[in-house]
Amino acid sequence: MESSHILVRFGELTTKGKNRKLFIKKLCDNTKEILSSFNHLKYQLTFDRLYILLNGEDPKAVSEKLKTVFGIHSFSVCYKVESDLDKIKEVVNEVIEKNEGHTFKIDTKRNDKDFPMKSLEINKAIAGYVFHHTTKELKVDVHHPEILVKVELRKDWTYIMDNVIYGAGGYPVGIGGKALLMLSGGIDSPVAGYLTLKRGVDIECIHYASPPYTNDLAKEKVLDLVNELRKYTHGKIVVHMVPFTKLQLAIYEHSEESYAMTVMRRMMYRIAEGIAKKNHCLAIVNGESIGQVASQTLESMGVINEVISMPVIRPVACMDKLEIIRIAEEINTYDISIRPHEDCCTIFTPKQPATKPKSYKAESFEKLWDYQSMVQECIDNTSFIVIDDQYKNNDEIF
Amino acid sequence: MIYLDYVSTTPLRKEVKETYTQLLSKYFANADSMHSLGYEVNGLMEKSRSLIAQYLKVNDNELFFTSGASESNNMAIKGVAFAYASRGKHIITTKVEHSSVYNTFKELEEIFGYDVDYISVDNQGRLNLNELENKIRDDTILVSTMLINNEVGMINPISKIHEIIQKKNKKTFFHVDMVQALGKIPLDLSFVDLASFSAHKIYGLKGSGLLYKKNSVQIVPLINGGQQESGLRGGTSNALVNIVLAKTIRLALEQLDYNYQYVLSLNQYLRKILNEIQDIVINSPSANVSPYILNLSCIGYKPEVLVHDLESQGCFVSTKSACSSKKNDISRTLKAMGIDEKIAGSALRISFSHLTTKEDIDEFIETLKISLQRVKKQR
Repeated sequence: MESSHILVRFGELTTKGKNRKLFIKKLCDNTKEILSSFNHLKYQLTFDRLYILLNGEDPKAVSEKLKTVFGIHSFSVCYKVESDLDKIKEVVNEVIEKNEGHTFKIDTKRNDKDFPMKSLEINKAIAGYVFHHTTKELKVDVHHPEILVKVELRKDWTYIMDNVIYGAGGYPVGIGGKALLMLSGGIDSPVAGYLTLKRGVDIECIHYASPPYTNDLAKEKVLDLVNELRKYTHGKIVVHMVPFTKLQLAIYEHSEESYAMTVMRRMMYRIAEGIAKKNHCLAIVNGESIGQVASQTLESMGVINEVISMPVIRPVACMDKLEIIRIAEEINTYDISIRPHEDCCTIFTPKQPATKPKSYKAESFEKLWDYQSMVQECIDNTSFIVIDDQYKNNDEIF
Repeated sequence: MIYLDYVSTTPLRKEVKETYTQLLSKYFANADSMHSLGYEVNGLMEKSRSLIAQYLKVNDNELFFTSGASESNNMAIKGVAFAYASRGKHIITTKVEHSSVYNTFKELEEIFGYDVDYISVDNQGRLNLNELENKIRDDTILVSTMLINNEVGMINPISKIHEIIQKKNKKTFFHVDMVQALGKIPLDLSFVDLASFSAHKIYGLKGSGLLYKKNSVQIVPLINGGQQESGLRGGTSNALVNIVLAKTIRLALEQLDYNYQYVLSLNQYLRKILNEIQDIVINSPSANVSPYILNLSCIGYKPEVLVHDLESQGCFVSTKSACSSKKNDISRTLKAMGIDEKIAGSALRISFSHLTTKEDIDEFIETLKISLQRVKKQR
């Protein structure tokens, strides 16, 4: 029993009127990029479905990757057999055998009206065969079956459709423009990035590095996180690395200890806005969650946010830590995030940071030196790394 | 040249050699260094470990890189013996083990005062399972057997031995030397607590081995040192060698079934011809045996002399395990099988590879016939 193709159903986007065409094109492009390592795949697009012809590629491996494409509501692996009832019965039985669950339903569509049996009769005939040949304890459940096998009977060929596999949902990445994700290396920011991608917004990332206080392992950690996140895009994410040491030291030199963190965050926002504008990002995204740390009280957010005019999206602002961790585990970023390497937010942490900072106070520290040119220097000297299939690609060694 | 000594060692596989050479010119850092050079090497080594874990269907943290199977065997046997000495000092092995297992047990017996039982085999090399069952006691902490015997090729029933151990004493650990089995027959590590592997028997590098140890088993390290290999084997990691082990094992497992059938046909072909030659008896059992190994005796001939005469004609075979070849006595395995001293004393070991051709076998037979004719019988 060899599966011939995968049928892909689109998600929410089918409701989007005139934009439909654009959505579907984006979704197909993203899908092709994500599946680009499978050389033999061919694609066929109909009005509301995409058919991926396997041509011998492993359906399981393709399915795993398909699950990460935003904009796909669900998909099914399909088998192509001759329109011969005995053969159809055999394949249906095999499909039911390899799926988990003990209730099933067979749903036949008879396109070939010359076929001597009616759809219902075909259903019954197949079910009868299954009951006689299965090794499982099975029951028919026509309302809520655990295993639903669809049979599409045409003149020469019949398509048998395996259980529905749910996709990632959401919108195709890129349809909603592009935002800049502030990525520290912690647990929250990758989740924020993931949720942003899910709404169809593409991301680039920005990371602040303060060598030698932060090291290469911290940088690698961030790139590893991006390497996980890129699986939910079109396979590629750009990371901007800001050389932050000089500015960070200046902040600590000119600010009161309790305000150093507030001022530092303000500087980070300014740099982020600069980088965002340079790279056509329409918003800034970060992993701030209300009340989690001193810089994330509403008072802090206000004082920090006010230095820029670009919208700042905080997808996890109202989530519990445990909810965030659950998503982080799902998207494989949690284990990377908990690696114990310091980032620029954890070095020089003040003993008692201000949780209710005042704008005028922050401004008074900033007046003490020419931070503007240092911020500009950071923006100008920021380098970027593209994380794609080549990242850590050492397959030839193994 | 006709090389029929693949059980002693194998030539390096081209792909492994190329990768290793590339790595040598690119990486030199200590895998435990804090800087990026070290971290990169460490990353590759850990990827290798995790891929091997996938191939063997175990967890990453259950695999330890060693210098070879002798070290793995020592590490497993002494490691368990020392760690669980307070539970009991009775350990069991067989009379036909490789010297790295056998002599480790001897050492534990003679120097460290452990109580050791050596299980016997029958004339087909089959382990005496009743004896094993009777010997396992409440204070037995370890049973160690090989999966495939390196001299005659018989295959031990690992799942059955596991069952017997479980029945008699659930706390007894089970170590299996799988050196001659890796890449030759399908392996199932779920039956064992510890297992040893070697790279140079599967077309990999010398000085490269592996120990599998279930997480639930504790061992005392033999080499104390740094944090390498979870603190169980000190010493700077032989990182590049460990990195190419993944590729070595992957390639060895490819076409395993196909190679097995092919070598089986060679083995059967040779057996058929040898059966027709006077003065030759086959010592390898006919069932439950690896086709990669064929032990035979040329009665009346001194095997060392035959090996050298065959060599002078470009044909390379061995007398017994290379690890104990320089001792001028008869094979411990053949002796344990109760094979007549006259026969056991003139044994040759032929071992095959997927690289061996039918023409190689034909030429070997012609060469052997010439040697048997021109070499004088000394026994």
